[in-house]
Amino acid sequence: MTPARTPPNLPELRPDWSRIVFIRDGDGSDIGIHVLDAGPRDADLTVVCVHGNPTWSYLWRRVVASAPPSVRVLAVDQVGMGYSARSSFPRRLADRIDDLESVVEAAGVRGRVVLVAHDWGGPVALGVAERLFGRRDLDLAGVVLTNTAVHQPEHRGSPALIAAARLPLVLSAVTQRTRGFLRATTAISSMDRASARALRAPYAHARDRRAIMEFVADIPLAIDHPSRATLDGVAEGLPLLSNVPVLLIWGMRDPVFSPRYLDDLRRRLPHAQVQQFDDAGHLVLEDRPDAIEQMWQWLHKRIQKRIQGAPSPSSKVPESDSTQESNLVGKLDALKGSSAAAVTEPSNGSWRSVSWTLLDDRVRRITSGLQARGVKPGDRVALLVPPGADLLALVYALWSLGAVIVVVDAANGPRALWRSLRGARIDHVVAIKRARPIVAALRVPGVVVWSNELADLVATETGASASGSFSDDADAAIVFTSGATGPAKPVAYSRQRIAATRDVLLEHFAFTPSDVLVAAFAPWAVLGPLLGISSVIPQMDASRPGSLTAAALSTAMEQAGGTIMWMSPAALRSVLSGAEPNTQARERLKMAGSHLRLVMIAGAPVSGDLLRDVMDLWPQADVRTPYGMTEVLPATDVSAAEVLADSTDRGVLVGRALPGVDVAIAALGETGEPGADLETTPDVLGEVALRAQHAKSRYDGRAFVEDFASRNEGWHRTGDVGMLDDKGRLWIQGRLSHVITGPRGPLGPVPMEQQVERALVSDGVSGVLVAAVGVGPAGSQVPVVVCAPSTVGRSRSDLRLADAELVDRVRAVLPDVAAVLWRSAMPVDIRHGAKIDRQKLAQEAATFLEGRS
Amino acid sequence: MTHGGGRLLVTGGRGLLGNAVIATAVAQGWKVVALQRHPSGLADNAAVTDVIGSITDEEVVERAITGCSAVIHLAARVGIEGRWRDFEDVNVRGTQVVLDAARGAGIESFVHISSPSVAHAGRALVGAEAEPADPRGVRGHYSRSKAMAEQIVLAPGDVPVVVLRPHLVWGPGDEQLVGRIVARARSGRLFVIDGGRALIDTTYIDNAAHAIVHAVDKTSSPLVRGRAFVISNGEPRPVRDIVGAIVQACGVSAVIRSVPFGPAFAAGAVGEWVGALSHREPLITRFLVEQLATAHWFDPRPTWDALEWRPVVSLDEGLRRLAAHSQS
Repeated sequence: MTPARTPPNLPELRPDWSRIVFIRDGDGSDIGIHVLDAGPRDADLTVVCVHGNPTWSYLWRRVVASAPPSVRVLAVDQVGMGYSARSSFPRRLADRIDDLESVVEAAGVRGRVVLVAHDWGGPVALGVAERLFGRRDLDLAGVVLTNTAVHQPEHRGSPALIAAARLPLVLSAVTQRTRGFLRATTAISSMDRASARALRAPYAHARDRRAIMEFVADIPLAIDHPSRATLDGVAEGLPLLSNVPVLLIWGMRDPVFSPRYLDDLRRRLPHAQVQQFDDAGHLVLEDRPDAIEQMWQWLHKRIQKRIQGAPSPSSKVPESDSTQESNLVGKLDALKGSSAAAVTEPSNGSWRSVSWTLLDDRVRRITSGLQARGVKPGDRVALLVPPGADLLALVYALWSLGAVIVVVDAANGPRALWRSLRGARIDHVVAIKRARPIVAALRVPGVVVWSNELADLVATETGASASGSFSDDADAAIVFTSGATGPAKPVAYSRQRIAATRDVLLEHFAFTPSDVLVAAFAPWAVLGPLLGISSVIPQMDASRPGSLTAAALSTAMEQAGGTIMWMSPAALRSVLSGAEPNTQARERLKMAGSHLRLVMIAGAPVSGDLLRDVMDLWPQADVRTPYGMTEVLPATDVSAAEVLADSTDRGVLVGRALPGVDVAIAALGETGEPGADLETTPDVLGEVALRAQHAKSRYDGRAFVEDFASRNEGWHRTGDVGMLDDKGRLWIQGRLSHVITGPRGPLGPVPMEQQVERALVSDGVSGVLVAAVGVGPAGSQVPVVVCAPSTVGRSRSDLRLADAELVDRVRAVLPDVAAVLWRSAMPVDIRHGAKIDRQKLAQEAATFLEGRS
Repeated sequence: MTHGGGRLLVTGGRGLLGNAVIATAVAQGWKVVALQRHPSGLADNAAVTDVIGSITDEEVVERAITGCSAVIHLAARVGIEGRWRDFEDVNVRGTQVVLDAARGAGIESFVHISSPSVAHAGRALVGAEAEPADPRGVRGHYSRSKAMAEQIVLAPGDVPVVVLRPHLVWGPGDEQLVGRIVARARSGRLFVIDGGRALIDTTYIDNAAHAIVHAVDKTSSPLVRGRAFVISNGEPRPVRDIVGAIVQACGVSAVIRSVPFGPAFAAGAVGEWVGALSHREPLITRFLVEQLATAHWFDPRPTWDALEWRPVVSLDEGLRRLAAHSQS
């Protein structure tokens, strides 16, 4: 037996962290365990870290280094692993659980314990966690699991790599006789070479690696494996943890513990919070070291809460309104006797209408058809179907059987679509045939239904829908943010919050059953039946709002009337460019829209010209520009008339909060960082925060993002920057990441852009887009203005200094601008065609103005 | 603040900046002793006394400093031609002489004027802070000798010292920056590198003078004493815009040509060689090309905060004054 040692000098490892503790082995002898032990020995909180195979406590060095001073961290080298003693007999899972408990005792841990584990350290840690419930001296305060498993799904077999390594001859060759397994483990991470070498350091010789082989051999792949019962026992004990905060940090690119193992854990620990990293692999904390600091923050918040006696680790907004009816098919049910059109849409060159009766019938049939195919309440169903009657029927069918719809914006291309869905824990897919490659790549565990088979799904009518019997807190929808202002994030809405969205819309916009919604903005195409109003869907490519034409919009309204319109600025711009004043197209559009009472333009900032044009086109309509985001839709609202009447340069006026919505500001500090506290003082520039009953439930699988966005309890930090005025109206000045932080304090870009645009217009210069960005280190930035022609062109990084004439015009209104640049086209997002990528521009401008680099 | 009768020694009071500093100090109530090799040109003002001589001459310096409570040490050998020995003599040894005299005279405040070039060579400066002087890392006799001078005055000692580094000072009557740009414009040899896109910060003369005189009262502050600060307008602009604005203000019509960096840098090397052979200031040097081709601007907050000072004349106002001056 090789005794325990302390490690040699290794990068990032402090020698004073290392010590040896002794535990009693099965044969009565003492066995030395190497641990990293840092922080006060009498700490009230100890974080115990358990590595997997083939690693050692080095894996936790950054957790140790970044621990708060009052916390003790104990990172254990398992027996036979790292610098612990090599044991005389192979250790089974049950032995390892005993070993860990003994180490915790021998190290004198008292009080609250958080267990953190990776890989096959997971079952060991969880085994100990479950035992802590029987102990008076130790209190389990939290569990953090990273890429691990407690169960081998039979039908899946083992992780493919492990299974390969288990082939009898391969096993010892890969794990012990050579360093193949070791090298593979570090090779699939982004570790630098020095750290990878350090991680392999205790396993230089074959005799050091015996435990690695035995660890692999101990994975209970078969039912009759000696450790199988122990593993099953650990899995069965997990309900014990239901009142303990559990965090799952997962690298989604793990060839060993694939996202399926995450799904398995989520099912067993439904209260666990999940932070998945799409770009990280098996050694998730090596690939995403930033997760460690966030893990500490997560722990801090959860443990603080438990001390204060909060019952649940989740941070739900207290639901005040208990009368809310979260039956999402209620309106549909009420209208099922109506022969009026529920939805009108183009179909094979002509138009078809689906009545409420027919829609209700289809919903029921699809519901039972999907049930028959195995779709269950709580299942997640990705919908790769364009807006239309099929999508409507599907959404309400899924809602009536208690399933969760997963909706992704297709505008960012198939790769982005696939990337989003891959991490969204999809159970089933309903898709159009064109999406076949994505569907194949997703490899969903459940059923795949092609949208042209929806009719065949309709099995037998089973009677009343099952709606109404689901929990208000159950998820109803996972909707991805557009990705126009950052990576697309999955946003979860509970049934209650969808219902709250419906109620806010009904109350604020006073929809009635006689309204007809012109759904030219894809997300709203599905809301008609929720609101109990008829919808008409114009001919367009739903993933490209700019594809809507004046003729298509006219035709749609001629078919079905139209009293309410909801569309994006990009769609509107495209429509109006095809309906110039004094043309036939314009007259036709005017006539077709003569019944419009409400026109809502939302999704991106709207220029004054566009607003004026719409008001001129449909003078009878109330033109409004609501403000919101995927997380709170909508939040505020204002009429176009009010926007046009107010020409102060405070930003984009988005108006007053909707009923039940609160707006507050987190003031920006010198370097543009938003403060911790919220206020409603007028004229304070800061990050906009919203509180609403109809706000998202959470970011799905993004526990750290969720914590960050919800750091003011019950509020959502939007990442938008703006200010309130003395009338309580909200003005938006850009994104947090666009704030220009100069020595005279932070500035939002939008007011500068407005001043320049106004000056150009008054000088008779038209067709120029303007963006203001900051160049230089945060806090000492100088403002730079970038101009480009408003005609759509291919975006190229071809900055140059603007002509002297334009420079003078800009400086006349903004004397502090450091430089005025010209670009042949503005980089804008695909979704709205209006959100300028200021971050990209800022980087380009910085490089350009640095001169020769 | 007025300084009823306090005496202030200004070395190097003859040039554009020297004259401006003396005028500003007098306006604030100082009695000024101006020490330089030639008359300052301001001695007909009752508050100004000229002492003619070199700062390397201990006796002259001691005579000039007698009765003074503060020193602004501006005198330096500038330019890009000449022998190291001459730069070292004036800028290094001369500074030591003035500092020793200040110590002997019990001077309460010593403002040493330096240059941002003492700490930076070649690379772009973007919102940079005033880094420590680095005699080995900088380029050229001037920068190296000034870097050594800074190290002398900032070494721990009894005299409260602050170092100010004004960046590219210009204004009406300026023969260095403005004069050269106008001369080149007139002769059709005005060029910028790569379109003149690099952001550079400059200092309008009044701001430099104001900051320097202001700093005399600040050296006792722990935030100021023993530290170096860059002085500038805090208004960086692309080289093309600055050069264009100066040419325009001076009423010269000129075409600003753009030269790619590579050929310009090569020409700079040739220029230095020709200059060395002909013992004249070269038309173009690699240093000049680098200065013109890379961003040079600074984070103004350390200066603003520590000195409790802000520029008094904006870039645009400075250009208006330059235009008014060249029309008169």
